[in-house]
Amino acid sequence: MIVKEIQTAAYLFASILFILSLGSLSSQESAKRGVFYGIVGMLIAILATVMGQGVQGHAYIISAIAVASVIGVLLARRVEMTSMPQLVAILHSFVGLAAVLVGYGSYLDPKTHLLESTEHSIHLVEVFIGVFIGAITFTGSIIAWGKLEGKVRSKPLLYPGRHLVNIVLLLVCIVLGVMFTGAEGTTGMVYLYIMTAIASFIGVMLVMAIGGADMPVVVSMLNSYSGWAASAAGFMLGNDLLIVTGALVGSSGAILSIIMCEAMNRSFFAVIFGGFGNAPASGGAAAAMEGEVTSVNHQEVAQLLKEAKSLVIVPGYGMAVAKAQYPIYDLVQTLRKAGKQVRFAIHPVAGRLPGHMNVLLAEANVPYDIVLEMDEINEDLPNTDVVMVIGANDVVNPGAQDDPSSPIYGMPVIEAWKAEKVIVMKRSMSVGYAGVENPLFYKSNADMLYGDAKDSVEKILGYLKA
Amino acid sequence: MKVGIPAEIAPNELRVAATPKTVKRLQKQGFEVFIQQNAGVKANFSDKEFEEAGAKIVPTAAQIYSQSDIVLKVKEPSPEEVDQMREGLVLLSYLWPAQNPALLQKLADKKVNAVAMDAIPRISRAQKMDVLSSMANIAGYRAVIESSFYFGRFLNGQITAAGKVEPAKVLVIGAGVAGLAAIGAANSLGAIVRAFDTRKEVAEQIESMGAQFLTVDIEEDGATASGYSKEMSKAFIDAEMALFKAQAAEVDIIITTAQIPGKPAPKLVLEDHVAVMKPGSVIVDLAASSGGNCALTKAGEVYTTANGVTILGKLNQLPNQASQLYGNNLCHLLDDMGKAEKFKIDMEDAVVSRAMVTHNGKINWPPQPLPVSSAPAKKSAAVQAQEVKESEAQKTKQQATSMLIRLVVIGALLLLLGQFAPGDFMQHFTVFVLAVFVGWQVIWNVSHSLHTPLMAVTNAISGIIIVGGLLQTTNDLTNPMTILAFIAILVASINIVGGFVVTRRMLNMFKK
Repeated sequence: MIVKEIQTAAYLFASILFILSLGSLSSQESAKRGVFYGIVGMLIAILATVMGQGVQGHAYIISAIAVASVIGVLLARRVEMTSMPQLVAILHSFVGLAAVLVGYGSYLDPKTHLLESTEHSIHLVEVFIGVFIGAITFTGSIIAWGKLEGKVRSKPLLYPGRHLVNIVLLLVCIVLGVMFTGAEGTTGMVYLYIMTAIASFIGVMLVMAIGGADMPVVVSMLNSYSGWAASAAGFMLGNDLLIVTGALVGSSGAILSIIMCEAMNRSFFAVIFGGFGNAPASGGAAAAMEGEVTSVNHQEVAQLLKEAKSLVIVPGYGMAVAKAQYPIYDLVQTLRKAGKQVRFAIHPVAGRLPGHMNVLLAEANVPYDIVLEMDEINEDLPNTDVVMVIGANDVVNPGAQDDPSSPIYGMPVIEAWKAEKVIVMKRSMSVGYAGVENPLFYKSNADMLYGDAKDSVEKILGYLKA
Repeated sequence: MKVGIPAEIAPNELRVAATPKTVKRLQKQGFEVFIQQNAGVKANFSDKEFEEAGAKIVPTAAQIYSQSDIVLKVKEPSPEEVDQMREGLVLLSYLWPAQNPALLQKLADKKVNAVAMDAIPRISRAQKMDVLSSMANIAGYRAVIESSFYFGRFLNGQITAAGKVEPAKVLVIGAGVAGLAAIGAANSLGAIVRAFDTRKEVAEQIESMGAQFLTVDIEEDGATASGYSKEMSKAFIDAEMALFKAQAAEVDIIITTAQIPGKPAPKLVLEDHVAVMKPGSVIVDLAASSGGNCALTKAGEVYTTANGVTILGKLNQLPNQASQLYGNNLCHLLDDMGKAEKFKIDMEDAVVSRAMVTHNGKINWPPQPLPVSSAPAKKSAAVQAQEVKESEAQKTKQQATSMLIRLVVIGALLLLLGQFAPGDFMQHFTVFVLAVFVGWQVIWNVSHSLHTPLMAVTNAISGIIIVGGLLQTTNDLTNPMTILAFIAILVASINIVGGFVVTRRMLNMFKK
């Protein structure tokens, strides 16, 4: 049992540790320290809470944490790096769920109803908002997980008047909120139920309306929501630690969303409230493709690589799907040993999570100093002999620069076509996540290499070593 | 095809349009080469050498002009020479089309297809045929050599047993090819070199050749899209003149190279500048033929003024070397035009279409402008800087205003909130807002490649919601609140543990 002042001090310490933890992520060297700070902060926070005054049911608490820890470790250990986005999404849904539960619990707490009139009202508003955000986070994250896992169609689900429906639903929630705060005792429960159902529905529809290509934005947005949900819980419980931590997470997610949106040259609101297809006003058929698609075989690519002096690899989601990062690392090693300059060009929205490609390449031991961002490498591309596009599509689409009718027009892209030669590894001629044709494939200096990326890279490697 | 080379008739023209070496080259290109008797004598090439190289010696120019398909010349032809030319002849020569409209008309009337070698556009591809550059290079070098001959001292500084020698100070005006060549030559002889040019973009080139770049305090860039400089404003010229006057009193040698295409050379060194120069100083005026940069220059003459300043209005052309380079330029152009076999006047070609000043009886001058300057075409730097400054000032002002409005609105809202909310809430709210600001500052520093770990960490940290569950648990498991709290703790813990473990896993993979 510790006194309230000590507990507050412990919370303050935990908050500092969380801030340090996020701050440490500014570089690879300090990042590991950051995780350590986070863990320590979390331990202090939990211990200080459990040991605080008025906490009961220690046995239940301990058993719940124990069970959950095992599940958590298993989950995190077993997950493939390629399905990292799914894991992150599902974990977000947990936070949302917890926020909803804490909100309900707080409403049921007899202490709540002993409060003075104004304080009581404010508290109920906090509960209401907390549950609202929590519910949206919960269902939204589940849908995001489903889309990433391929269990839910990734195409945006759009129906006419959806904005109106959303607005009406929101208004209904506000009315419910007013009735909820006016209700005596726990009789307001029914309003809370209805609102939870509506919020859950909004969460589903919100994410359903967003196309697969925008998933990095959605995931970081949900990350942000989960933070705000925690903050709201902090308000209802009068707990500063929750407020601070939730605010940190909330702003972190918001910033990530903004960064992602900037990288795709789309407004944040357009991503959240609209599907992809209806973005350009012209709406007409995209410019007809000129030229011919040529394909090469693995041996020819190997020959090309033997002759090239500089190579830039542009990985995309296709590399993640095929788990091609290991053979790619082998390929890179082989080529580097032969004295060639090999670098990676990472588009900010490549993959399904911010920084997704960096994580995958790191998993395969690719040194991070040859992994460059789009802006760093674009100007070097005209002097590059070969660009290998591995499972990326929209991020190398020249249409984003020269075809105003393209839905992704204006999005910064990696200018692969400026290199001497471009090899595009792809499963088929199908369109990318954005659903847009890619004129790159029709360029005369671009050749297609069809097939699974991992397979292809291994075959090329075979010819190279032969 | 027959290529003919007449002797130059102008008395001060020592060069010849072909040398034994280029004659061999022309034959390799498939041409038959005819050269007028004694054409190379002034440049120290004998007829014997030409014969050995494979050229046929022809006694008169008339024969050359009437029998050749292509005639190579140095100096623009006189009306008499043009009269001898046959129809359809291709002439490669200096022509100065802007200054010689009558000559162009005469050539067009004669249906001579004339290429003005001085009108070759200054683009990268055409550098190998750019006679102005190759000749300017010689002139720049020679300007230093000849000025040092008339200058009665060392160029380099020395400290000897007999005493200390000050290094000579050389001012080069106009840093084109000739100017840069002069800078290089003077610098390597040990002089202190300063250079002036109206084009700001050449400052770097000047410094790379080892000279100090002089400039005036007026923001105006003389660069044009054609790569030459333009005429400057009055204010600029005044400042320039003041600079030159100050420099004239100080330097020992002035080399001027400023020329504006199609116009008389600008007067840069005035009488009063010369008047303040030290006795024994030298001025070399490379623009003498187009009027001279120095007010006292006498074209084609070397003389000394009353106050002992020697002004060179002519230079030895190094005819042997110059002929060789000029001949090479011509060979390169013929190479580009398809050599003997596929010889063709391609008016679509960027170089030929601009240099071919008369074609099939029509005058093709002035040509289409072709931007080649290494600096992008732009508004005058001064105007641009001004605009930038203004728009920036405006932007800052706008930002300040909108920021002020926002702050007022936010302040009002906060006051309103304070009216109604209880003290406890305000306290929490303070913490909340400050935390958002901290988070905002901290997260922008996160490196892009760590965004996924960041998300995993924040995800783990957002499991702090567990605290809510912890506070709500009671000892009574049948209490719905406890059940809810139990589930909340469960899922939040999964989140915390899963989040941290996965982050560690990810970070462990990052390595250099």
